[in-house]
Amino acid sequence: MATAASTTNPYNGPLKGDNAFAQITDNVSRIMEAPKPPLAWYLGMAFALSLLGIFGASLGFVVWEGIGAWGHVHPVAWGFPIVNFVFWVGIGHAGTLISAILFLLRQNWRTAINRFAEAMTIFAVVCAAVFPGVHIGRPWLPYWMFPIPNQMGMWPQFRSPLEWDVFAVGTYATVSILFWYMGMIPDFATFRDRSTSTVRRAVYGIVAMGWRGSSRQWHRYERAYLLLAALATPLVLSVHSVVSFDFATSQLPGWHTTIFPPYFVAGAIFGGFAMVVVLAIPARQFFGLKKIITMKHLELMAKVILGTGMLVGYAYAMEMFVAWYSGAMFEQFAFLNRAFGNYAWAYWTMIFCNVMSPQVFWFKKMRTNIWVIFIVGLIVNVGMWFERFVIICTSLTRDFLPANWGNFIPSPVDYATLAGSFGLFFTLFLLFCRYMPMVAMAELKAFIPEGHAHDEDDHH
Amino acid sequence: MTDQDAQANAPLHGILAEYDSPTAVVLASKKVRDAGYTRWDTYTPYPIHGIEKAMGIRMTILPWFVIVFAIIGLLTATALQWGTNAMDYKWLISGKPFWSWPANVPIIFELTVLFSAFSTLAGMLALNNLPLLAHPLDLKERFRRVTDDKFFLLIEARDPKFDESNARKLLEATAPVVLDTVKEDRSSSALIPRGLIYAGIVLGVASLVPFAVFAQARTAKMDKGRLHLVWDMDFTPSYKTQSDNPLFEDQRAMRKPPVGTVAQGHLNADDHLHLGKNAEGNWATTLPAGMQADEATMALGKAQFGIYCTPCHGFAGEGNGMVHKKASALGQGWVPPTNLHEERVRNLAAGDMYNTITRGIRNMPAYGSQMDDQERWAVVLYVRALQKSRTVGVGQLTDAERSQLK
Repeated sequence: MATAASTTNPYNGPLKGDNAFAQITDNVSRIMEAPKPPLAWYLGMAFALSLLGIFGASLGFVVWEGIGAWGHVHPVAWGFPIVNFVFWVGIGHAGTLISAILFLLRQNWRTAINRFAEAMTIFAVVCAAVFPGVHIGRPWLPYWMFPIPNQMGMWPQFRSPLEWDVFAVGTYATVSILFWYMGMIPDFATFRDRSTSTVRRAVYGIVAMGWRGSSRQWHRYERAYLLLAALATPLVLSVHSVVSFDFATSQLPGWHTTIFPPYFVAGAIFGGFAMVVVLAIPARQFFGLKKIITMKHLELMAKVILGTGMLVGYAYAMEMFVAWYSGAMFEQFAFLNRAFGNYAWAYWTMIFCNVMSPQVFWFKKMRTNIWVIFIVGLIVNVGMWFERFVIICTSLTRDFLPANWGNFIPSPVDYATLAGSFGLFFTLFLLFCRYMPMVAMAELKAFIPEGHAHDEDDHH
Repeated sequence: MTDQDAQANAPLHGILAEYDSPTAVVLASKKVRDAGYTRWDTYTPYPIHGIEKAMGIRMTILPWFVIVFAIIGLLTATALQWGTNAMDYKWLISGKPFWSWPANVPIIFELTVLFSAFSTLAGMLALNNLPLLAHPLDLKERFRRVTDDKFFLLIEARDPKFDESNARKLLEATAPVVLDTVKEDRSSSALIPRGLIYAGIVLGVASLVPFAVFAQARTAKMDKGRLHLVWDMDFTPSYKTQSDNPLFEDQRAMRKPPVGTVAQGHLNADDHLHLGKNAEGNWATTLPAGMQADEATMALGKAQFGIYCTPCHGFAGEGNGMVHKKASALGQGWVPPTNLHEERVRNLAAGDMYNTITRGIRNMPAYGSQMDDQERWAVVLYVRALQKSRTVGVGQLTDAERSQLK
C-alpha cells in the first residue's frame, strides 16, 4: 500500500528543508498546500458525506415523525440516543487528556498527536451535543434548557443532572474550542506565511491574529496554555462525572452506584485513546506523517489503552463484587441479569472487547504491530459502545417490578442515526486534516533536540 | 508611486538580526539585555526554553486576571441558581430546602471554569496586543521564516538608549546570519481595506435586526393566533373525555372500568364487616372480627356520632337534635328522628343497626359514603353504650359508681 501511494500521494515524498524545523514545517504544511489531496482523502470524504446524509435524513425523520421512530418503548425510555451521547462525549475526553493532562505531566511525546486529538475532541463533542438536542420530545424547544427570561416566568431546574449536563458539556465544548484555537494560532501564522494565494493568506492571517512569534508574546501564551491545561484537567473529570450523574443519581439498580464517576471517566479515556489510535494510523499513512507520529508514539498509546482497559476491567469486577457484598436483592439481580439474562450477549461482547482484547498489548510484538493496534482500537470502540448499551438498556429492561419489565428492539432509524453520527465526525475530521494544521508544529519544534538552546549558564 | 516614495523616506523602526539556531539567539539576547536596552524583542518559531531569563522578561500578570474572573464566575453561578430557583420562582424538589447548595455545585464549578477559560484567552490576547494585523516587520521578506525555522532579534529605534551604530556593533558581535534595518510602514495609505470596512458595517447593522424583531414581538400585540408548526402536537387526534366517539356502541369517549374492576381497599369480601350479615345470612350480633370493643373504638364511635348523628338524633340519642328543633318549629309537617332508646331500637341486631346507618331508612340519608366500615361499626358500639346508659339498673353498678350516686 505504501509504495503504490507514494508515487501518486503528494504527502509521501521527501521533505523539503535543510534543518529539522523546516522539515517539520514542510511535513505538516504541505498537507494544506497540496493542490489536490490524495485519493484516500476523497474516498474517505465520499464515505463520510454519505453517512452524514444518512444522519441528516434520519434526524429529519425523527423530528417530523416524533421520537417513536426510534425503538424507545416503555420501560426503555432512554435507548440509543443517550448511549450515543455518552459514547461520543467519552471519545472526546481522550483528546483533552492528551492535550492537558499529559502536558501537566510533562509527557512531551504528546506534541506529535495533541493537535488532531484536540480536533477529535471538538468533533466528538459536536456529535454528542446533537443527541440531547434531538432526543427531547419537542426538539424545537431546546432553548428551555437555558436560563432565558420568558413569558412563563419559568427557569430551568438547576438541581437536575440533566441541567448539569447542559452546562458541563457546553463548558467542555467551549473550553476545548478555546484551547484548540489558542494552540493553533502559531500554526495558523505558519500557514499564513507560507500561503501563496491572497485568499488563503487573508483567511489564515485573520485567524492567526497577526502572530509573529515575539518571545514576550510567547511568554504570556505559554502561561495561558498552562492555565487552560490546568483548567481543562478538572473540567474533563467533572464533565464525564456529570454525565455519569445522569444515571447515578437515579434509583435504578445497576445505575444507582457511586462507582460511576471514576468508572465513566476511565472508560472515556480508554475509548477515546482507542479512537485516537484508529484515526492516527490511517492519518500518518495517508498524510505522510510517519516521521512525526512514530512507532514509539503508537506503542505509548497502546500502553495507555492497556492500562485504562485494566482500570475498566477492575471497575466491572468491583460492580459485581459490591452488588454481591451489599446483599441488596435488586442490585444482585441486576448484575446477574446483565451477565446471564436476555442481553447477556451484549455483556460478554463488552467483556471480550474491553477487558480481554487489550491484553495482547502485554506482548511487545503486538503493541508494535500497526495492524494489531488498529484492530484492537476498533474492537475497543465497539466494546465501549456496548458498555453504555449494557448499562443503559439492560438496566431499564429489568427494573424493580416484574410487571414493568420489557424488551428493547432498536428500530432501523436507531441504527441509521448511530452510523450517521460517524459521518458527521469523519466529515469534520477530514476537513480539519485538509485545511488546518494537523500537528502542533510549534510545540513539536520546542521538544526536538535541535530546539534546545545550549547555554553556558544552563544547568541541564 | 507615492506609496513607494513614502516607504523609502520612512523613519527607522529598528535593527533586525537573523539567526538560525536557538542557542545563537539566546546568547544574543543576554548581550542585549546586559547592554540595558528595554524596547527590543526576539521572534522565534516556538517558545525557546530559557529565553525568558536571557531576555529578562518578568512573569506576566495573566494568572491574577484569570483568578478574578474565576471568582466572578463562581459568584455568578451561585447568584444565578439562587436567584432563579430559590427566590424568583421557588421550586420544591423532593422536599429539599429551596436553597440546597450541594446540588448546585456542578454548575458552579462549570461556570467558574468557563469564565476562567474565557478570561485566559481574552487576557492573553489583550496583554499580547493581539490581533495586530499590521507591523513594520511584515515588510521584510526574510521575516516570513520566523514561523518556520529562523530566529530574529529586533532592537527598536524607540528605545531610550538607541543609537544606530552602537546597536549595529552590538548585534554584529553576536554573529547573525543577516543584519538588516527595518523602516516604519508607510507603504499603503489605508491600513484596513475599504471593502472590509463596508462589510463590517453591513454585518454590524444586520446583526441588530434579530434583536429588533424580538423587541417588537415582546411589546406589540398579536392580531392573529399563534403559528402552529407541529399540528399533531397542538391538535392531538386523541379523544377528549366529554366528546363522542363513534367507535363504541354508546357513542361515548369516556369508558367505564371493565366489569370486575375493584378499587384498592374496596374488595369488600367480609360480609360481616361490610354488610353486617353473619355467615348464615342473618343480621350479625357482634362486632366484626378484627374490631375490639375497647376505649379506642368507643372514642371513634363517639367522635363520628358527634359529627354525623347528633344533628338529628341529639347528643343523648333522644331524637331532639338541632335539625328536629328547627324543622318542627316550621310547622310544615315533620316526622321526628327516631329516639334511639325505644324498645324497638334497643332490640335491633347490631348488624341491622349497621345496615341502617350504611343505607339510610325513610328520611335518614345513607352514611355509607361518609364513614367507612370501621367507623360505622364504632358508631353502633357507641349507640349501644348510649342505650345501656338509660337501661342499666342500680344492681349492675360497681361499688365505686354506686357510691357516687349518694
